Amino acid sequence: MNAPEATGRFEADEVDAWFGTKQVLRKVNLLIPERRITAVIGPSGCGKSTFIRCLNRMHELVPGARITGRIRLDGENIYAPEVDPVLLRRRVGMVFQKPNPFPTMSIRDNVLSGLRLTGALDRSRAEAIAEQALRGAALWDEVKDRLGEPGIGLSGGQQQRLCIARTLAVSPEVVLMDEPCSALDPIATARIEDLLSELKARYTIVIVTHNMQQAARVSDRTAFFLTGELIEVAETDTLFTSPTDRRTEDYITGKFG
Amino acid sequence: MQTSPKRHTDREYEAELQQVRERLLVMGGRVEEMIGNAVRAVGERDAGLARATIDLDHKVNRAEMEVDELCLRILARRQPMASDLRFLTLALKMVTDLERIGDLAVNICERAIDLRSETRLEGLDTLERMATVVQGMVRDAIDAFVHNDAERAQQVIDRDDEVDELYHVYFRDVLAVMVVGADNVERGVHVQSVAKWLERIGDHATNLAEIVIFMVKGKDVRHAGKLDP
Ligand SMILES: Nc1ncnc2c1ncn2[C@@H]1O[C@H](COP(=O)(O)OP(=O)(O)OP(=O)(O)O)[C@@H](O)[C@H]1O
Ligand SMILES: [Mg+2]
Repeated sequence: MNAPEATGRFEADEVDAWFGTKQVLRKVNLLIPERRITAVIGPSGCGKSTFIRCLNRMHELVPGARITGRIRLDGENIYAPEVDPVLLRRRVGMVFQKPNPFPTMSIRDNVLSGLRLTGALDRSRAEAIAEQALRGAALWDEVKDRLGEPGIGLSGGQQQRLCIARTLAVSPEVVLMDEPCSALDPIATARIEDLLSELKARYTIVIVTHNMQQAARVSDRTAFFLTGELIEVAETDTLFTSPTDRRTEDYITGKFG
Repeated sequence: MQTSPKRHTDREYEAELQQVRERLLVMGGRVEEMIGNAVRAVGERDAGLARATIDLDHKVNRAEMEVDELCLRILARRQPMASDLRFLTLALKMVTDLERIGDLAVNICERAIDLRSETRLEGLDTLERMATVVQGMVRDAIDAFVHNDAERAQQVIDRDDEVDELYHVYFRDVLAVMVVGADNVERGVHVQSVAKWLERIGDHATNLAEIVIFMVKGKDVRHAGKLDP
């Protein structure tokens, strides 16, 4: 269980990140408020994925990858020596671009896989958690009669919600999403977007997207990155109507070069 | 300060926005012409010119619909952002003000027809002065809009004081004439209306200019009374 004060507020302070000798983030200072949706936008290669991977310490899993600066979650430094990255990743879950259910597992086992990794689970409690997580991901009604069937048999949009359910099952504070809808059709996308606005009552959400309209639709705040730097962050309504930085303006209006 | 904006990567999009700018310029030019004609028709008691000018209003109304359509199509197809979004939504407002200015010019033309048999009018030079100022305001507001020029727009707003001042003085002067003779009353009421409508045109031009400032700076200056220096 999360401590009562654990709300999922992130503070990134002077964050630099490298792949080997190549620096890909520079002096990023960003506050991610709790229980709101923050969108991260910017051209390909600007460091969006790298940035959110620093938030759950996945960046360091790449050989040669490095980060400096401070990142605090609810006031605590997540890079402090006593922090266990595995436990941190339960508090800060991640959903990827391509839905990636475990192919050999049933729908139920997919949802529970995160919990199973951390110890035994009695059967009735497992059922309750699976149901809650699937409801949370707005998938329950579609799969409740076939929980034993393989997760891979679902549609792309359903698979993505299954992955969201898997993330929710471990009761995170924060859900990071890296282009979660880019492989989905508009209807499946609309369902996920709808789901996001429900989820933000309980979770902090950070979503990377290339779809500016999606960022404008779903997020409360938007951060614009360019070549490893955070150029501008603002309330989404402000950023998309009156950005202050010329580079943000040029990017979101489609003017390059 | 005037900025030279970068172009959109999508050239067709760029061309569509340019088309909105051009249509607005044309519409602004028409409206400006209507104001000039209307006041000339009053001054020369030229009912023919008044009627011809009233006919011009159809073109203004049609231009309004065309700009509306164009903007809506771009909004639907391009989902514009930031300054483009402000430009288009504000273009929709601009045409409404322009259309209203056209209507006011029509009102003035109707008075010109009513006044056609009057042999003299009080303070015609004041009316002409007002017309010149508000025509310039409309022209500069539209110019400021298509060139993203907030300074020019601010000057338009500042000029509205002169129009208000002219109106108040004129209203008093005509009232004084009306008081001395019952014969003067009908004529006096008509010319006061003309001045009133010119003053309203000035207000619409001020709206246009405020829209431009909002578009350029992303800051709403409407309903704020005077701008900070
Ligand atoms: N494993 C890696 N090894 C070396 N360089 C990498 C690696 N992953 C990413 N990079 C580089 O780091 C920079 C930032 O990449 P990142 O994936 O964070 O960008 P992004 O903004 O998410 O881009 P996209 O929108 O294409 O997903 C890029 O220049 C990229 O080439
Ligand atoms: Mg990425």
